[in-house]
Amino acid sequence: MDGGEALIRARGLVKRFGEFTAVDGIDVEVRKGEAFGFLGPNGAGKSSTMRMIGCVSAPTGGELAILGMDPLRQGPAIRARLGVCPQEDNLDIELTARENLTTYARYFGIPRATARRRADQLLEFVQLADRAGSKVDQLSGGMRRRLTIARSLVNEPDIVLLDEPTTGLDPQARHLVWERLFRLKRQGTTLVLTTHYMDEAEQLCDRLVVMDGGRIAAEGSPRELIEQHATREVVELRFGVTALEPFADKLAGIGERLELLPDRILLYADDGDAAAAEVYARNLSPSGVLVRRASLEDVFLHLTGRTLVETG
Amino acid sequence: MAHPSVAVLEYQLVGYRRFWRGTVFSSFVMPVLFFLGMGLAVGEYVDRGGGLDLPYQQFIGAGLVAFTGVQIAMIESSFPVLGNFKWQRIYYGMAATPLRVGDMIAGQLGYIGFRIAVAAAAFLLVMIPFGAVTSAWAGLAPLVAVLVGLAVAAPMFAFSATIESANLQAVMFRFALLPMVLFSGVFFPVGQLPELLRPLAYALPLWHGVELCRAAVLGIGTAWPVPVHLGYLGLWVGVGFVLAMARFRRRLAT
Ligand SMILES: Nc1ncnc2c1ncn2[C@@H]1O[C@H](COP(=O)(O)OP(=O)(O)OP(=O)(O)O)[C@@H](O)[C@H]1O
Ligand SMILES: [Mg+2]
Repeated sequence: MDGGEALIRARGLVKRFGEFTAVDGIDVEVRKGEAFGFLGPNGAGKSSTMRMIGCVSAPTGGELAILGMDPLRQGPAIRARLGVCPQEDNLDIELTARENLTTYARYFGIPRATARRRADQLLEFVQLADRAGSKVDQLSGGMRRRLTIARSLVNEPDIVLLDEPTTGLDPQARHLVWERLFRLKRQGTTLVLTTHYMDEAEQLCDRLVVMDGGRIAAEGSPRELIEQHATREVVELRFGVTALEPFADKLAGIGERLELLPDRILLYADDGDAAAAEVYARNLSPSGVLVRRASLEDVFLHLTGRTLVETG
Repeated sequence: MAHPSVAVLEYQLVGYRRFWRGTVFSSFVMPVLFFLGMGLAVGEYVDRGGGLDLPYQQFIGAGLVAFTGVQIAMIESSFPVLGNFKWQRIYYGMAATPLRVGDMIAGQLGYIGFRIAVAAAAFLLVMIPFGAVTSAWAGLAPLVAVLVGLAVAAPMFAFSATIESANLQAVMFRFALLPMVLFSGVFFPVGQLPELLRPLAYALPLWHGVELCRAAVLGIGTAWPVPVHLGYLGLWVGVGFVLAMARFRRRLAT
């Protein structure tokens, strides 16, 4: 990935809404052909960042260059080469799925015949060909989401910005979207996406940043982040009671460190089985024990002290 | 390549193809009802009194052509614009493309202009058998209706882009549209207004449209020189457009 041309370059990028700072001086570089992710909890500033990259929201401070151009002065030229799937769908629910694509294509100056052909291909691509003539208000939320993704590709963009592309999709549809995005990447399209899902980030992203409170808490490939910020394995312990603090004290010294969650305790250790054996050796008899590989969720927990997806 | 605003106009027309039937009542039946109801009933009464130097049906018909434009303009530039920001978020989708706010506004105004032209032309056809069209210049009346409609729609775009709830639009219909329609010489000459209210008629766009429509449909003169009426309406369109662009930009940035 090194040495690739930077398509997106942000230095000290800031977005303020009045007194409130949503994006607090971030440095980001996205190279040609890579899949880059923003991972973070609600309110981290992911969408605010995406909207600045999409040239629809002006930065309050810092530098930003997209495709080597200045978003403030060359917005339309940049947007012509971007595909955007916003967090909130903004399809026209009165029009059919197909009409949504053909009318949108026209905003990019795409000739009518080409627009129709591409609309059909894209509906096929997201497996909505059989619903081409359905009005959008008759489509399910997940179908609309796929239609929005299809719409973002109508101008054959160099960079696709996907703000939580798979939120609200059932597992099957998520896997379809992942597979499609993976295909796009293989064709050389640069992907920038935000997500709450670690598995999505691990599957799709070559590189990602963990955002929290408008700042970047860590950056790297999923593998690197896990190596740097977590142990190889994790032991999840449940005790069938709500007060877990007493157990935490008794577990001290097992593994490298320990994380106390409302419903369970996480033990970080390179050898999970050995750590679990040590727990039993101390006569703590947990009601549930699970040894698993460390994930980005653990990275996030370590960096911010909070879980990414509320499990309660 | 066509101007980008044409793509926005096309988008609007794709929707229109679907629901045009629902618009017939509001844009066409209303003025026809006024024309028949007021024209026949009130007309007989007015004509007996001899207060006007032309038949009342002719007087009101020409005025209603301009009214048609304003009515469609008000409806199409209020709720649909607010909805495109607030509920369907259509403008946010457009803003992510190479379109500029000027293209979005121009395209949608173009659509409104089209709607007005069609409705005004249809209404003119209804007027003909009643002898309410007496000049070949009447062919220009739909264009005047478009102009006065856009003079109302453009500033309404700015207003609709500013507000958060449709309640304020209802207020606008009651306290701006209704008085404007009553006091702009559609149903009775502005000269009948109390001295104090007359400047209001001159200031609002509709009266200028009514004067021009009457001149076209009946082949008579206008109160002020034609270029002044045209220029004043053009000013409303231009200022409204600039305001709308600023409001759209601000709203889209949030
Ligand atoms: N237009 C706005 N006006 C005021 N505050 C805003 C605006 N947009 C975002 N914010 C604030 O900025 C912060 C970051 O919001 P943002 O939408 O970027 O977060 P996010 O990481 O995308 O969150 P989520 O995962 O919930 O989508 C939030 O606290 C939000 O309330
Ligand atoms: Mg978001």
